[in-house]
Amino acid sequence: MSLSLDEVRHIARLARIELADGEAQSTLDKLNDIFGLIEQMQAVDTDGVEPMSHPQDVAQRLRDDVATETDQREAFQAVAPQTEAGLYLVPQVIE
Amino acid sequence: MIQSSLTELAAALQGRQLSSVELTTAFLDRIDALNPRLNAFITVDREGALAAARAADARIAGGDAGPLTGIPVAHKDVFCTQGVRTSCGSKMLDNFVSPYDAHVVSQLKAAGAVMLGKTNMDEFAMGSSNENTYYGPTRNAWDPARIAGGSSGGSAVAVAARMAPMATGTDTGGSVRQPAAMNGITGIKPTYGVVSRYGMIAYASSLDQGGAFGRSAQDCALLLTAMAGFDPRDSTSVERPREDYSRDLDKPLAGLRVGLPVEFFAEGMSDDVRRAIDAAIAQYRELGATVVEVSLPNARLAIPAYYVIAPAEASSNLSRFDGVRYGHRAADYGSLEEMYEKSRAEGFGAEVKRRILVGTYVLSHGYYDAYYLKAQKLRRLIAEDFRAAFAQCDVIAGPTSPTVAWPIGEKSDDPVQMYLQDIYTIAVNLAGLPGLSLPCGTGADGLPVGLQLIGNYFDEARLLQAAHGFQQATDWHQRAPELG
Repeated sequence: MSLSLDEVRHIARLARIELADGEAQSTLDKLNDIFGLIEQMQAVDTDGVEPMSHPQDVAQRLRDDVATETDQREAFQAVAPQTEAGLYLVPQVIE
Repeated sequence: MIQSSLTELAAALQGRQLSSVELTTAFLDRIDALNPRLNAFITVDREGALAAARAADARIAGGDAGPLTGIPVAHKDVFCTQGVRTSCGSKMLDNFVSPYDAHVVSQLKAAGAVMLGKTNMDEFAMGSSNENTYYGPTRNAWDPARIAGGSSGGSAVAVAARMAPMATGTDTGGSVRQPAAMNGITGIKPTYGVVSRYGMIAYASSLDQGGAFGRSAQDCALLLTAMAGFDPRDSTSVERPREDYSRDLDKPLAGLRVGLPVEFFAEGMSDDVRRAIDAAIAQYRELGATVVEVSLPNARLAIPAYYVIAPAEASSNLSRFDGVRYGHRAADYGSLEEMYEKSRAEGFGAEVKRRILVGTYVLSHGYYDAYYLKAQKLRRLIAEDFRAAFAQCDVIAGPTSPTVAWPIGEKSDDPVQMYLQDIYTIAVNLAGLPGLSLPCGTGADGLPVGLQLIGNYFDEARLLQAAHGFQQATDWHQRAPELG
């Protein structure tokens, strides 16, 4: 398969990564090389093979539904780009 | 003293021939002297290290010392360290000071180890050379014009150059074993789930695993014993009793069944690496091991499967870097959307962006079955191959890397060439098995070659025993680069 420039721009939008025009072409070339490598998978018959999502095939452990964490809002917000009155500040999204 | 093993250092500390402050100062001074040349450390915490060393000395004086108390350690910058910058090799986290410690970090603090600083790494652990780092490439301890190996290259160089006696790393597709091989030291990646991933900045969650670097298998056994253990905060941490990974080190190798995968030896390995590996296998025979041929027919599919699964998981894990709660935020933006897009465009390097884009694509509507599901099925086939092989042998041996360290810049513009360098290591991560690399010879220009040993699930003690037995009979692990 081969990606088009429009597809690369679409993927970049989905990934929320701004791609400059000059960058899009070189990204396209490298992505096509990578997909060329990935395509080797398609030659293998995997009908009837159970997908493996965890190396030990174990189920995720559940814990009791109780709060165990203490309030560390100040510590966590100390590294935030912009906060005010305990809230994270972002550009306005509702008119 | 910087040439001593962990066991020797512990004995000197506990016998009071040496204080932890003296030892820590010696390594900090060595870092000051060599880091401008090798770029192995992103952050050095002199003040914190000396405070920890003083606390360790007090603990030793109080008779409360363990095998690592007072011994310096370097942490890969992927591990969160409270109050100390944790950049993950990325501009995105250049200003990030973690409010908490990773489980591995707190385990080692509890053991009394002294953190020297944070080591250089490929951004978000994505790379095989340590060139994809915001802080400039780490340089190989044996030849600064060559790559250190990735992504834990900073940690490997720190140990090889005697800037630290031990270091932590992580291994998603070979990132402990490959830089260990390229710098002539020993590195172990345990079974998936043995070391907690809590506080380890995630790249590909079903593959990432913390590991240990040391100058020998014996040193790695001590470090891994302190790092490993069940952690309820990581839902993939395995519930098993704690183990002493040094317990079998001195058992003889007679009767050990070493499996050689025919596919590893068929093609791809450079001649000089092959010579060193063949000599190492001959050494194992001499030590009484039995060598058997095994087959891993699907191992060749590991790279394509990995470059679907790892980017898919990375695209999800790295979605948290949006400029809202931590990390880089662009200076100029209008809408929220624009803030995300610009912050991520500015914060991530080219390789990270590429992998996020690949992952976004393979998980997007209409492509999930063809790529992600297909790769997960191949992963099953690869794991089944290993299961069949371990019915015939105790450990699998082969090269860690097809070549010795290459010149900086040689492959950096060709991602596919770079990906192929991990051909021998990636299958181990897909299957979740433990793997180890130990120095076994030299190749072109006297550069180190690593022998990879792969073990069955939770068989780390045997892997370390197999490596230690080899190191008792050879001196490759004792050779150090000439750095002054």
